Amino acid sequence: MSVETKKLNFIQAINQALVQAMDADPTILVLGEDIADREGGGVVGVTKGLSTRFGDDRVKSTPISEQAIIGAAIGAAIDGYKPVAEIMLMNFTTVCMDMIVNHAAKLRYMSGGQTTVPIVIRMMTGAGISSGGQHSDFLEAWFAHTPGLKVVAPSNPADAKGLMLSCIADPDPCIFIETSRAYGVAGDVPVDATPIPLGKARLAREGADVTLISYAEMVTRCLTAAAELEKDGISAEVVDLRTISPWDEEAVLASVRKTGRAVIVHEAVRTFGVGAEIAAILHEKLFRELKAPVGRLGAPFTPVPFAGNLEQAFLVQPGAIVEAARATMAAN
Amino acid sequence: MTTASPESGTNAAIPDAATQIDIYRRMSLISQNDEAARKTVKSGRLMMPYYSPKGQEVIPSAVSVNLNDDDRICTIYRGTHDMLAKGVPLRDLWAEMAGRVTGTCKGKGGPMHVTHPASGAILTTGIVGSSMPIANGLAWAAKLSGSKRVTVAYFGDAASNIGAFHESLNLASVWKLPVVFICQNNLFGEHTRFENSTSVDQISKRAVAYGMPGVTVNGNDPFEMYAAAHAAINRARDGEGPTLIEAMTFRFYGHVFGDDDHYMTKEEKAAALAKDPLPLFRARLIADGVATEATLAELDADIRAQIEDAIQFALSSEMPPLEELTRDVYAEAGAA
Ligand SMILES: Cc1ncc(C[n+]2csc(CCOP(=O)(O)OP(=O)(O)O)c2C)c(N)n1
Repeated sequence: MSVETKKLNFIQAINQALVQAMDADPTILVLGEDIADREGGGVVGVTKGLSTRFGDDRVKSTPISEQAIIGAAIGAAIDGYKPVAEIMLMNFTTVCMDMIVNHAAKLRYMSGGQTTVPIVIRMMTGAGISSGGQHSDFLEAWFAHTPGLKVVAPSNPADAKGLMLSCIADPDPCIFIETSRAYGVAGDVPVDATPIPLGKARLAREGADVTLISYAEMVTRCLTAAAELEKDGISAEVVDLRTISPWDEEAVLASVRKTGRAVIVHEAVRTFGVGAEIAAILHEKLFRELKAPVGRLGAPFTPVPFAGNLEQAFLVQPGAIVEAARATMAAN
Repeated sequence: MTTASPESGTNAAIPDAATQIDIYRRMSLISQNDEAARKTVKSGRLMMPYYSPKGQEVIPSAVSVNLNDDDRICTIYRGTHDMLAKGVPLRDLWAEMAGRVTGTCKGKGGPMHVTHPASGAILTTGIVGSSMPIANGLAWAAKLSGSKRVTVAYFGDAASNIGAFHESLNLASVWKLPVVFICQNNLFGEHTRFENSTSVDQISKRAVAYGMPGVTVNGNDPFEMYAAAHAAINRARDGEGPTLIEAMTFRFYGHVFGDDDHYMTKEEKAAALAKDPLPLFRARLIADGVATEATLAELDADIRAQIEDAIQFALSSEMPPLEELTRDVYAEAGAA
């Protein structure tokens, strides 16, 4: 049975997820800065058309008030709605960390399960678009380190749609990370509303010699690297986590058990990053089966620089992934 | 009552006799409960951070008689008065303060994080200023669903200097939300005096900046407090939007239990204690012929017995089972 698909980019795919979810469920609300059509349907247009279609009550442009945005989403969620809140850029979550970390993430627990916060917090981020230090950070480790939150980072438009549908349906607060520099990249996206389960990884490429573990746009770079490695006769498997928290330990362990080697690749700074957690688990659980120490690639421990050359040096490039994989192969 | 906006403060409503007694009942409950809480902590029978609301009984009592059971409140660590006035049951509250499985939140929230949806107490937060953004969301939900529910956000004077206060008032005004912001101005934020931390002499003046009515009332006067709450709650229920009420009051026992009050003058504390709102209102009810000494004494005694029962209940309840440690972090699989 083939699934009907259509070529869409990330922006269109997420928009379509919102439209289909809102069509199906009148309790879904969307709020954020500039998101209504009067304001242009979002800074990059992810929410275009929604206010016209669903009305200004369900699709609300907000003041520039990140705490008020997340607070309103939390309160409405407690009383039966399912808000999808946009924090324009991930760096601006710093302004509303109290609402996210002390409230959204903890109210289920602190209330003994009586109040729950089924919200989605969408945000874009990423280096490579000349935005400098305060508009480019991947801060997923902060959220993955917070019990009560789920953290999702799609690598392609189809996943963006399917994961967004699942985040909206999920009974807990989800952080949904969109990589800005990939927004325009198109892919085949199922036309129907087909949710992709949270917490399940995707085998993006099969291989036998080394597993590359990644998420968000870095998956694309891993696939490029894998193609390059193929020329050397190295067969790389690429696992796309899709969901960072909870991460799919089972799928990752299965792949690394098969290949015996792993390199984790993410965009955020490497120090104290998500890769450290995954590497530690791999060492704990597969110590005797590993053919080489688990490798980790991330950005250097610096803010994101502005100068184009520095910014590219900050980002993990496919070449670095190739090198890391080769080094892993050499370490016998 | 001083008014920072010409729109409000007129046609002051007066509580009828039954309502006056109801306000007194809630005040007596709060006051006696506070005494019991301080005693219980002091005796070492219960260990918890405790923020006494003694002296602030009038505010939530006079507010709550204007609220329905399904109206919402969001309150703060210093909030047992707000919860009790809204109807959180004594046994559940005490068991939560004691961290027992029979508590409002199975002992997992504790005194600073009490939630009891059945009585409308939806949020108790330990983060200064954070009751307001969430109250907005509850009010937004009420507005969207066409319900007539009103949400009250309680907070202290120092909280009005937090960014969330300003964001929340602005958003509530722009969205015309059915929310009432009630600042309990007890003149101190921890140890810092109001005038050393706040740019205005009346917090209600800040309402002007957000295009909503703002009033400063004597929060220790049940009639003034009732009238202000009545107007604001009706306004919210009628879809006319938010109000900021600054209720002037005084906390008798410092910031947190054990605080030595070194930052207050003896004179100001003595003056405040001399005007303890509870005995004053009690005397007034009797003088006005609204209630007899005997009726109020019976009511007080009844409350005392209920509190004793609640403490017994809490202290003899089980601790939460260890499986609770990791439960409720996320929805249980298949639960949603
Ligand atoms: C964001 C934040 N900063 C600091 C604190 C520590 N703190 C707890 S209570 C308090 C004073 C708050 O005073 P106010 O808002 O006037 O309320 P009150 O305690 O007088 O009722 C402070 C600073 C906190 N809990 N949250």
